[in-house]
Amino acid sequence: MHPAFSVILLTTLIGAGQGLFLALFTGQLYSSIKLIEAQGADFYAGGSTISLLLLIAGLGASFFHLGRPERAWRAASKWRTSWLSREVIVLPLMMAVVFFYGLFHYIGWTEPFYVAGGGILPIDVTLVLGFLGVVIALALFVCTAMIYASVKFLEEWHSPYTVGNFTFLGMASGFMLAAAFSAYLGNHLVGFYGTWAVIFTLLALGTRTASLLRNATLKHKSTLQTAIGVRHRQIVQKSQGFTGGSFNTREFFHHQSPEFLKLVRLAFLVLVFPLPLFLILISYVLQSPTLPIAAFLVQYLGLLAERWYFFAEARHPQNLYYQSIA
Amino acid sequence: MQDPAVHTDQTAGHTEVKETTCYMCACRCGIRVHLRDGQVRYIEGNPNHPLNHGVICAKGSSGIMKQVSPARLTKPLRRKPGAHRGDSEFEEISWKEAMDMLAERLGKLRGTDPKKFALFTGRDQMQALTGMFAKQFGTPNYAAHGGFCSVNMATGMIYTIGGSFWEFGGPDLERAKLFVMIGTAEDHHSNPLKIQLSKFKRRGGRFISVNPIRTGYSAIADEWVPIKPGTDGALFLALIHEIIKLGLFDRDFLTQYTNAAELVVDDPSRDDHGMFLRDPDAEIVEGCTDPQNKLWWERNKNAPVLARSEGADPRLMGGYTMPDGTPVKPSFQLLKERVEPYTPEWAEGITGIPAETIRRLAHEMGVTARDHKIELPIRWTDCWDKEHDTVTGNPVAFHAMRGLAAHSNGFQSIRGLSILMTVLGTIDRPGGFRHRAPFPRPIPPCPKPPHHPDAVQPDTPLDGMPLGWPSTPEHLFVDDDGKPVRLDKAFSWEYPLSAHGLMHNVITNAWRGDPYPIDTLFLFMANMAWNSSMNTQDARRMLTDKDENGEYKIPFLAVCDTYSSETVAFADLVLPDTTYLERHDVLSMLDRPISEFDGPVDAVRLPVLPPKGESRPFQDVLIELAGRLKLPAFTKEDGTPKYRNYPDFVVNYETSPGSGIGFLAGWRGKFGEKYLKGEPNPRQWEQYAANNCFFHHELPRSYQYMRNWNKGYLHWARGHGLTRWAEPITLHIYSEVLQRFRAAAQGKRPGRQPPDHLRERIETYFDPLPFYYEPLESQLVDRSTYNLTALTQRPMAMYHSWDSQNAWLRQIHSHNYLFVNPKLAIAQGIEDGDWIWVESHLGRVKCMCRYSESVEPGTVWTWNAIGKASGAWGLAANAAESRKGFLLNHLIGEELPQGGAGQHLSNSDPITGQAAWFDLRVRIYKAEDQDKSVTEPQFKPMKTLPGQTARARSRWQAYVAGVFGRR
Amino acid sequence: MTQLALVIDLNVCVGCHACVTSCKQWNTSGWAGPMVDENPYGADPTGTFFNRVQTFEVGSYPNTETVHFPKSCLHCEEPPCVPVCPTGASYKREDNGVVLVDYDKCIGCKYCSWACPYGVRELDEMQKVMKKCTLCIDRITDQSLPERERKPACVLACPTSARLFGDVHDPDSEVSVAIRERGGYPLMPEWGTKPANHYLPRQKTRMHISEDELQRADNPLTKEDITVYTGEETIDDVTW
Repeated sequence: MHPAFSVILLTTLIGAGQGLFLALFTGQLYSSIKLIEAQGADFYAGGSTISLLLLIAGLGASFFHLGRPERAWRAASKWRTSWLSREVIVLPLMMAVVFFYGLFHYIGWTEPFYVAGGGILPIDVTLVLGFLGVVIALALFVCTAMIYASVKFLEEWHSPYTVGNFTFLGMASGFMLAAAFSAYLGNHLVGFYGTWAVIFTLLALGTRTASLLRNATLKHKSTLQTAIGVRHRQIVQKSQGFTGGSFNTREFFHHQSPEFLKLVRLAFLVLVFPLPLFLILISYVLQSPTLPIAAFLVQYLGLLAERWYFFAEARHPQNLYYQSIA
Repeated sequence: MQDPAVHTDQTAGHTEVKETTCYMCACRCGIRVHLRDGQVRYIEGNPNHPLNHGVICAKGSSGIMKQVSPARLTKPLRRKPGAHRGDSEFEEISWKEAMDMLAERLGKLRGTDPKKFALFTGRDQMQALTGMFAKQFGTPNYAAHGGFCSVNMATGMIYTIGGSFWEFGGPDLERAKLFVMIGTAEDHHSNPLKIQLSKFKRRGGRFISVNPIRTGYSAIADEWVPIKPGTDGALFLALIHEIIKLGLFDRDFLTQYTNAAELVVDDPSRDDHGMFLRDPDAEIVEGCTDPQNKLWWERNKNAPVLARSEGADPRLMGGYTMPDGTPVKPSFQLLKERVEPYTPEWAEGITGIPAETIRRLAHEMGVTARDHKIELPIRWTDCWDKEHDTVTGNPVAFHAMRGLAAHSNGFQSIRGLSILMTVLGTIDRPGGFRHRAPFPRPIPPCPKPPHHPDAVQPDTPLDGMPLGWPSTPEHLFVDDDGKPVRLDKAFSWEYPLSAHGLMHNVITNAWRGDPYPIDTLFLFMANMAWNSSMNTQDARRMLTDKDENGEYKIPFLAVCDTYSSETVAFADLVLPDTTYLERHDVLSMLDRPISEFDGPVDAVRLPVLPPKGESRPFQDVLIELAGRLKLPAFTKEDGTPKYRNYPDFVVNYETSPGSGIGFLAGWRGKFGEKYLKGEPNPRQWEQYAANNCFFHHELPRSYQYMRNWNKGYLHWARGHGLTRWAEPITLHIYSEVLQRFRAAAQGKRPGRQPPDHLRERIETYFDPLPFYYEPLESQLVDRSTYNLTALTQRPMAMYHSWDSQNAWLRQIHSHNYLFVNPKLAIAQGIEDGDWIWVESHLGRVKCMCRYSESVEPGTVWTWNAIGKASGAWGLAANAAESRKGFLLNHLIGEELPQGGAGQHLSNSDPITGQAAWFDLRVRIYKAEDQDKSVTEPQFKPMKTLPGQTARARSRWQAYVAGVFGRR
Repeated sequence: MTQLALVIDLNVCVGCHACVTSCKQWNTSGWAGPMVDENPYGADPTGTFFNRVQTFEVGSYPNTETVHFPKSCLHCEEPPCVPVCPTGASYKREDNGVVLVDYDKCIGCKYCSWACPYGVRELDEMQKVMKKCTLCIDRITDQSLPERERKPACVLACPTSARLFGDVHDPDSEVSVAIRERGGYPLMPEWGTKPANHYLPRQKTRMHISEDELQRADNPLTKEDITVYTGEETIDDVTW
């Protein structure tokens, strides 16, 4: 597939946005049961703003993927069948939740109206909203991932690993961002968020490696034999029927060499996993306020490469029909 | 969006449907052009048309794009004063200026030396008019493109069976059971052949394709027989060998309808050796081409009798001695002796086809012809008054085209094919080969070229036809020293039977001044500075070359074309022609009609759109010019022009006053009540318009077969002016015509003899029986260096150079590759897609390689005429056609290597002058620099001409009829 | 329910591209138009086509088959492109099974093209909406056309009549009979898309000749055997 930057940005930005929101809420939850130091409204409002900005930027990027963005509203109509439609519904919900979550923190609607768990868990509006947000964020991960995972023709994508990857990578980057944000603010949550980030990064490493291994030995269902219905071992396309290229030769091909693909794979495997982990762990030792930020940036850069590779790696069966010019 | 089920096209704008005839290629299908608000909405095949029955091809469907082409010429242009020829620096002039300029120049030439004017046209379907103009002008220097197209096919077959493929005849696939197609990719008779092929296959017919390359029609063959190019003759001879050896020939057919049993003098010491023995007392029709006064050897009497005597049964084989001691043999015996050494094993070594396959093919042909006979209950009478209750068919059909024709041994190969078809008894019979009116014609047909330089006189029409069919050396157009009179040296001792001229040598000969310099070269629709020339780079140089006085060696070049072809850049005067949708045209019985097997058909084009800009139909230009020059046939007694315009000419012209024969055969007579012959009908165009634009006369069933010998048909044809003679047209297994030339070369014949340096050439090639020889280029170049043959195939979605300007068709073929068998390529370290050099004795071109398993390993090939010169045809200077496309023509000599032993002999068949495109020998090797991804040679970009449409450069083209370019 | 479809006979397709451009000319000015071309006269022209003719080589020299392969939307019975469309622009008609795109609803997200294994949808790069074969819906449903002409343009154009058109759900239709009797097959059956369009395979006609057919009593050579008797000695003269 052709890796379109609009989609690469969309999925990585909202992934980080959702992850950051989940990190904020995890922090709130931990602090409300006094496991970690509580943070002021600025922390949540600021974090929510960053999360919202990421979501907005992702949405903005997605518009570049649309031929007719002015009609994007129509995309909400087929939620019964289309994961894309579902994403289009869930993403604004996510943004709304984040917005109000941040807003309520900012205006201080944090008075508990009920205390649950025998006096342990005070419940306020933000916490309710947060729980809702968790459900929506997870739903959004699933919707986004299922857009790809549900296309059975793209066998590299058509696997639960895709959902795992999108979710864990999004959470890893989001928690890493939370660590970076904490480092930037100079609070004591760098270690908390950093450790969660490490956990999610390792989980992501697991699913991503599994998907890479799966795809390396993937045997595609379609062959030239099934594509044209001729049973012979040696079939070669001589002419795709036109010489100047078409939508089918642009949308489904990355037009890069296999060497370049390998390079990108190596790059993301280094940038997403060991390097940020190394940086964040070092930052604990050095108490550096900048290294967590660097860790996030490096990991995000790696995610761009990861997503690029995700597209490039997928071989669409239609490509069997578009191989040769003569 | 509106529900498509309620959408109807009828209500979107003002809709009209007009009928005319397609001209996206030479096939000429009937079309219905749908217009919406004056723009072409849709072009569909006319379901009532006998040629295409409603179907239409990729080109025909893309006719719309011709109307919006940025290559359209819309203004007459003159080369700017001081600008160099070839730089495409032009200024607009008015038609009046253009015509004044041309009329003045041509008037002077006509008054002094008419042969200094040469008119050559790419278009051979308008020869009746263009040839007439040349004849009336008085110049012998006229021809269409047949010389470099397939004159070998026309002559090889017409000199043998009195008809040929395409317009002249074809395979009867409706009844054939075995169809053998040789050397055919896309065909002239494109849609009809496609229609028939599919029906044939669906009926369970067996289809064998003999071709070095498997594309197009060959793709659906039941069997592909790859053959080395230029060796088809060897295959036919071996097939004939096997068929004669096993007795699989049709004896009855051969004896009665061919000259197989006719006795030939067999005594090399005698002057009449190789000539038919004739009975001086036999009654013959004076003047006819092939009098019935030859002899048979009667097997029961064991004595000579007049051929086809009542009850006689002749010998086909053996040698006999006449009562006067003259040794004679039936010509079939001579054929048998000829093919004796041509065994399948011998042919295997030449053709690359296993001997076993050749034998099997011969058996399939022979057994199908003999055991699957068709008997149609059709009564007919032969020329000897014998009544037949049925028409018999031997259902083996053949078709062949340029793969045979475009070789220097093509004429003899095609003679071989014609004889193969004849020994199988398939000529003008159901399931075999069928003629199309006006064929069959006498062997050879009657028109002759002038035969002496005196035929060319100032202010006088040419004495004779510019093109014709010589049957003796006396018909050659040479002077008393045997030197050519025509610029292209047609009908000279170099190429005696060049019935279509040698357009491919015109530029070189004119440039060299050999046989003489000319003044004005007028080219119509012929891309002689590109894909219609061999040795294109030199052709371009010659067009711009100057003599010591600084004058162009070809002083004046006028070009009439619809589009800015490469050739237009070299013109001194450019005349913008219209497209096929903007003019009247006739597909005339005097020319190349579209007849069916069952009778004559001709057709017209009617304008469905007004001419664009100031473009004018070339026919109108020619008729106005003829009037201005006061050419007799175009001028009234008072000296004023006789015809207003082309439509007026078509209706009112008669071949001679009162002949009743004109350009159109249908609806003649005052009220349109007559056909073929009849006085002019002023409403003839309207009647064509009301009848789907064609006229079809279906012959009675008894006239539809065996027409060479069908008394009823021949008299009908004579009566309706189709043929000169009603005599039987006996098939020429043995060609006495060729023997006459050979005897002249041997000094055994009174009258004209070839110049000494050509004696051996004539003696060798004018063999009365078919034989195989290696193509001339192969004989002259080092075959171990140039170890491959390079060919072109015409893609079905492109017609020569015409369609690169077509936005839709060019997306299918914007550039081309050289197809190479991987075995060959890998041995040379060439990978699929690599840049390679293709080199011939003449030079080299750089292009990309594409592996193909469907090409014989000794052959490489590419699609024809995809490569374009930068900037030509309205394309951007960096268009793929010029950057990635290439033209093989650069490698093909218009003359034989090494100047043809210093004689400047054309790279052509020595009998007919057919350009030997497919003799090209090359070698290939990997290009050193793989990164420089541009084909070579490259040329300076051609500039956009004044009057060319400027919209060309916009990024988007969203054609919607009715609103395109208007919003 | 009616399911209109094409059945393409590879046994007679010669790869002439008539279906490619006849489609383009009908549809560019029709309901589904325009079919836009980009750089029509420039360096690398590219444009929207609903139908392509491709060429494949099967086997190796000299046993090579050249297969011309026309391909357009297969109008699947289970079209995977339809449910993925987020706006409902892609739809399958209830009345005749034709899969269409409503350009007014299409947002140009290209998702449907990802969900088509056959590569038959093409984005119009100027209008930025997805376009595809409509089986010439504006011809086949236009009651003002004569019945003979109520067929897709490609079917009418095809010189070898390699394109059959009809209802594959009607067991007696020309297309159903062809599929049944000629071994018609769908493309990429492994996906369960149930393409309505089918392809008919190549068929070979061969000839068998037995020895007897080559040696026959009425062989014309028997009429030509010429034996010349002269006075020389024979066995008959010298043996007893």
